[in-house]
Amino acid sequence: MCPDSPPPQATDHPPADREVLSAGDISRALRRIAHEVVERNKGAGNVVLLGIPSRGVELARRLGDLIAEIEGSEVPVGSLDVTMYRDDLRGRPTKTPHQTHFPSAGVDDRVVVLVDDVLYSGRTVRAALDALADYGRPRSVRLAVLVDRGHRELPIRADHVGKNLPTSHSERVTVRLTGHDDVEDSVTISRGER
Amino acid sequence: MTKHLLSVADLDDDALRSVLSTATEMHDVQHRAVKKIPTLRGRTVINLFFEDSTRTRSSFEIAGKWMSADTINITGKGSSASKGESLRDTVRTIAAMGVDAIVMRHQASGAAHQVAGWFDESGVATSVLNAGDGTHEHPTQALLDAYTLERRLGTLEGKRIAIVGDVTHSRVFRSNVLALPRLGAHVTVVAPPTLMPSGVASWAATDGFALADDLDEVIDSGVDALMMLRVQRERMAGGFFPTPREYTVGYGLTRDRLTALTARNPEAVICHPGPMNRGLEIAADAADAASSLVLDQVSAGVAVRMSVLYHLLASDGSVEGSAA
Repeated sequence: MCPDSPPPQATDHPPADREVLSAGDISRALRRIAHEVVERNKGAGNVVLLGIPSRGVELARRLGDLIAEIEGSEVPVGSLDVTMYRDDLRGRPTKTPHQTHFPSAGVDDRVVVLVDDVLYSGRTVRAALDALADYGRPRSVRLAVLVDRGHRELPIRADHVGKNLPTSHSERVTVRLTGHDDVEDSVTISRGER
Repeated sequence: MTKHLLSVADLDDDALRSVLSTATEMHDVQHRAVKKIPTLRGRTVINLFFEDSTRTRSSFEIAGKWMSADTINITGKGSSASKGESLRDTVRTIAAMGVDAIVMRHQASGAAHQVAGWFDESGVATSVLNAGDGTHEHPTQALLDAYTLERRLGTLEGKRIAIVGDVTHSRVFRSNVLALPRLGAHVTVVAPPTLMPSGVASWAATDGFALADDLDEVIDSGVDALMMLRVQRERMAGGFFPTPREYTVGYGLTRDRLTALTARNPEAVICHPGPMNRGLEIAADAADAASSLVLDQVSAGVAVRMSVLYHLLASDGSVEGSAA
């Protein structure tokens, strides 16, 4: 801190967003996850990537491109909306569901990698597992997230994590992605319940 | 979204768009191996039908079951109403059992509004869903019509839709003219003067639809969709047209008119809310034509009713655009 700057003062305004992942960090994290998926699976032959709307879909698309670049072959990418499977519908505004789109090969006997931006309570992932069971029977299901911020309410953990980010409940983690938000990629943290 | 769905007018623009958008996702459930989602688990929906119905009642029942709600059907003939019980006592008895929603069809216009009013006055939490009240409204039919047409035509913005036939007795017409113009469609209502409701001109000016009495001229002017209405002879006390043959000649979708329609616009489609009077308002050729969306409407009915039940019962009623 500059010696002439005034001492910090208590304020009613929340501090500005603090960037915890830059565009370059996100790119490197996704590349690492793509390599992990391929390595864990010994190739990408049987893998299906399913993004959880909304930003998980963009992340799944990017991971698909990276895995194709690594392996030299296309990986099926789809999206799985979980709105109708959530256990917290009551007491909240009605959410309009996003599109669910499965690759034509389906999910039976495939290794499904669910992709989301932030892992928090785990309830979204629980809903995704329930939804997936209604669509078919994957050989196994893995979870890839860009940020794991902790505070799990269910026994769920991610297989592939871009960044573990210890947070308090009162903090808000915001992921912005080019192609979804029309701004440069970033992950920021700020005060305020998410 | 409001607690009850009594009229298309109960839906603001956001809710209308959200119901149609959600129906698209619900439609996918029909094509899954497991036709079941847990969204309304633990909710109870009573289908209370005082009038005969095949598609609406079974459609609501399937919609509720596929969303894991418990659904029960009660018909007027099989209920205590046939023993002389008043409507007020019947519905309050059902509501007292703790049901979450009553889907109601009644022969009296305004019956669903009346029941919703009783519930609101006495603080009963049960939602009322109008599944057709007399000659007044049938909101889910209009929603499924709009959904079916959007699915086939891509968008309703700028599309020309003609609603044809027994307008006076049609709750389908009344709900559709509240929905289609708001979605950007140019609606023309075509009927013989004897089957146009009184005061329809001022109504048309307010809600943004046109009136016509010559079906051939309307077809010649080019339409994207013809919505044929059922001639409701059971509601006709007097003579609204001289003979069925004369009605068909003037306002039926005959084989000749089907030819003229497709010659003018090969992409034009045909709708009918059912049940159809084949040979009266619609010829068999038209009902079974490739451009007929009658069965698409039936299929869409389940998806739209799932969407409506979701919006009424799954949460606290307000609408949020994103599921993020």
